[in-house]
Amino acid sequence: MMHPVAEYAISALLLIGGAFTLVGAIGLARLPDFFSRLHGPTKATTLGVGAIMLSSVIYFSASGEGIGVSEILVTVFLFITAPVSANILAKAAMHIDVPPAEGTRGNPWDQ
Amino acid sequence: MMIVALYLTIAMVTLAALLNVYRLIKGPNATDRVLALDTLYINAIALIILLSVTLGTRMYLEAALLIAVMGFVGTVAMAKYLKRGSVIE
Amino acid sequence: MLDRLTFPQPWLSLSLFLIWQFLSEGVSGGSVVLGLVLAWAIPQLTQGFWPERPSLLKWWRMPGYLVHVLRDIVVASFEVAALILSARRPRSAFVVYPLELTDPLAITVLAGTISLTPGTVTVDVSDDHKSLLIHALDAESDEEVIHSIRNRYERRLLEMFE
Repeated sequence: MMHPVAEYAISALLLIGGAFTLVGAIGLARLPDFFSRLHGPTKATTLGVGAIMLSSVIYFSASGEGIGVSEILVTVFLFITAPVSANILAKAAMHIDVPPAEGTRGNPWDQ
Repeated sequence: MMIVALYLTIAMVTLAALLNVYRLIKGPNATDRVLALDTLYINAIALIILLSVTLGTRMYLEAALLIAVMGFVGTVAMAKYLKRGSVIE
Repeated sequence: MLDRLTFPQPWLSLSLFLIWQFLSEGVSGGSVVLGLVLAWAIPQLTQGFWPERPSLLKWWRMPGYLVHVLRDIVVASFEVAALILSARRPRSAFVVYPLELTDPLAITVLAGTISLTPGTVTVDVSDDHKSLLIHALDAESDEEVIHSIRNRYERRLLEMFE
């Protein structure tokens, strides 16, 4: 049987993770231009998946199956790759001249 | 109690995936679509982890690892195609 | 042939070896042998891609930096979430950030940190490696963005790398 504290922690982490994933997707759906949309998923989703992953680590260690390494590897991998894919997508968007939303201060430079 | 939280989370992540599909269809630019796909695979990873917690087995986590690796490579390949016009030069 | 049996980047080899042990469901004879082969082959094959030996001088400061960044990610995530859910239009801006760091690895770490913390994304590095182009989701002024990145992250990286 699982310890009640572990159960509360897992539930809280799951709900936090799900909420952040949803907020990230809402940001992707309703922010005005591509460069702002880039913020929603790369942040909120990474934290959301991180929290869900943490709850899974707690779940499997509390039910006596030992600490899971694959969850931790997936999380570390997502945290390392998220900035790289955001950066390369932003570069591609600059290259094909995706327009920033009206009212954005400054300009993407061209080199 | 945990099972209620689990089902609520699954519902939220599924809704998030649907919103990503909305952005995937609407566009308007190619980069928006690639970004939507990128978010979609991250949400798929979240769903797989939730599934493995629901069923109480670790089997599915290997699949999550594979999707993480392949999804990243796919995003980078598509972004590079948009930027350079070819993936391998 | 024998002179190629070296590990040009011991830390990379060590982490590759450990990751392989984690990936292969329990340590066994086979996974140790294969892990050693990979720890030797991957640094050899990718040697041409490393610009120069990374000069991470004070590596023991890294865990503290990671904890600092992780706390910032959590705090800023709530701010970005509130912004996404509010009806207010975000005041987004492109900001040119003048770099003080010179080491390529240090610049990469800084760019990654900026992208990971919510509210800012690194869009590009200038060709002369002297400035970063940053897109901020919601910023009152450019100075505010530059100031907070300078104080929160670049100072610490400067202490770590040079």
